[in-house]
Amino acid sequence: MKEKAMQWVFLAAACISILAVALICFFLFANGVPAIQKIGIFQFLVGTKWKPSNELFGIFPMIVGSIYVTAGAIIIGVPMGILCATFLSHFCPGKLYKMIKPAIELLAGIPSIVYGFFGLVVLVPLMQNLFGGSGKGILTASVLLGVMILPTVIGVSEAAIRAVPDSYYEGALALGISHERSVFFTVLPAAKQGVFAGVILGIGRAIGETMAVIMVAGNQAILPTGLFSGVRTLTANIVMEMGYATDLHREALLGTAVVLFVFILIINLSFSFLKRRDI
Amino acid sequence: MSKISISDLELHYSNFNALKNVNLEIPEKEITAYIGPSGCGKSTLLKSLNRMNDLIEGCKITGTVLLDGEDIYRGMDINLLRKRVGMVFQKPNPFPMTIYDNVAFGPRTHGVRSKVKLDEMVEKALRDAAIWDEVKDRLKKNALGMSGGQQQRLCIARALAVQPEVLLMDEPTSALDPISTSRIEDLALELKKEYTIVMVTHNMQQAARISDNTAFFLLGEVVEFDKTEELFSMPKDKRTEDYITGRFG
Repeated sequence: MKEKAMQWVFLAAACISILAVALICFFLFANGVPAIQKIGIFQFLVGTKWKPSNELFGIFPMIVGSIYVTAGAIIIGVPMGILCATFLSHFCPGKLYKMIKPAIELLAGIPSIVYGFFGLVVLVPLMQNLFGGSGKGILTASVLLGVMILPTVIGVSEAAIRAVPDSYYEGALALGISHERSVFFTVLPAAKQGVFAGVILGIGRAIGETMAVIMVAGNQAILPTGLFSGVRTLTANIVMEMGYATDLHREALLGTAVVLFVFILIINLSFSFLKRRDI
Repeated sequence: MSKISISDLELHYSNFNALKNVNLEIPEKEITAYIGPSGCGKSTLLKSLNRMNDLIEGCKITGTVLLDGEDIYRGMDINLLRKRVGMVFQKPNPFPMTIYDNVAFGPRTHGVRSKVKLDEMVEKALRDAAIWDEVKDRLKKNALGMSGGQQQRLCIARALAVQPEVLLMDEPTSALDPISTSRIEDLALELKKEYTIVMVTHNMQQAARISDNTAFFLLGEVVEFDKTEELFSMPKDKRTEDYITGRFG
C-alpha cells in the first residue's frame, strides 16, 4: 500500500517536470507564432532593421549576433577545453588533479552575472587598451563565453576520454609509440563522439547565455561589421526590451524567444542523437 | 645464441613478490612458451620484457634483462625497446579505425610518410600475419567489424609492421575459437623463421604443439626450463610432472 502511494508520488513528480516543458512550449508558440505571422516570417527572420518604434521587427542581426558570439566561444573554448581534458585524464599528476578538478567544477558554479561583471571590469578595459574602441563587442563576448563553456566541455570530454578502453592506449604503447602520441592519436580519436557531445552542450550553453553577454557585447541591434563591433544576441534582445515592450513589440520579443527555442531544440536533438550513437 | 637473457629478476607489486629470482635465456628465432597456473607470474614476466609493467603503479623490478646484450632497464630508450620487442595481447585490441590504418599506424608514427612505402609495408605485414587474402578487398573498412580471430591476426600484423625482432604473445588464443586458434598457431610456427617468439599460454597442448622451449612457472618462480620435448616427456621436477599430467592447476 505504502509502495503504491510512493509510486504515485514519483509519477506526479515526473509529470510535473514534463508539464513544465509542455507549458513553456505551448506558451511560447501560442504567443510568439501569431506575431511572427503578423510581421511576416520572412520579414521577421531576415529583416535587418530592428526599430520597434517604427514597427520594424527584423531579428536577423540578432540571429547573426548569436551565431557569431557562439562561434567565437567555440573557437576559443573548445580547443582549450579538449586539451585540458586530455591533460587531466592522461598527463596530470594525482596531487595536481585534486586541485584542478574542484577548481574547474567551481568554474561551472559561478553565476553568470559574476562572469559578466568580471568581463566588464577586466576584459573590457583590457580590450580597450589593446585594440582601442569601446572594448565591448564580438571578441570580448566570445572570450568571456569561451571561458564560461570550459567546464562543460572539459567535464564531458574528460569522461569520454576516460571511458576509452585502456587496451587502445596499451596497444599503441606496445608499438613503441610515445605516451603523448598514443594519447593524441589513439585515445583521443576513440573518444571523439563523447568529446563532440561535450562541444554541443557547450554550444547550447553559449547560445543561451544572457546576463554575461549583455554586459560585454555592446548590444547594438545592427549587423556586426567586425570582431570589435558591438553585437546584440537573441537573448539580449529579449531581456533588454521585455520590461517596457507592449503589443506587437512584446509579441515580437516572444517570437525571438521562439527562434531561440528552436535553436536550442536543434542543439539538444543533435546531442541526444550523438549520445545514442555513442553506445 | 640467446636473444634475451634474464638474470636475477625480482618483481614486486607493492608488497606482493610476483617474480622471484628468475633466470632464463630466450633463444633467437625459436618459440619459447611460459606455462603455469593463473597468477604464477608468467604474464608478469612477459610484460617486463617490453616494460609494460612500468604502467603499473608500485611495480618495482631488480635484476637485469638483456636484449642482444643491452640492458633494457638501464640506458635503453623505452620506445625503441617496444619497437624492437612487439606485443600481442590476450584480448584482440585493434584500434577503432580502418584495417589499413591499424597496420599503418606504427610505421606512420615512426616517420614513414610515403604512400607507396606504407602500402608496401601494410601488405607485407598483413601477408606475414596470414590475413591478407581475407582483408585485401576491405582495407578501408573498420577493423572492429572483423571476427575475433581476424582481429587477433590483425593485431599481429600491426605488431609486425613496425619490424620488431621479438614478438611477445600474451595468451593470444585464449579468447578465440579452435579454428582461429589453430590458424594463430600455424602463424606462430611460420613467424619463428624471422622472429623470436615468447608466448604465455594456459593451454599445455598448445605449448607442446608449437614451442621449442618451455618454462614452467609456479608462485613467481621458474620451476623448470628446458627443451619442450624434454620438459613434457621427462620432467625433472615433481611439481612440473604433477602440473603437466593434470594433477593440479
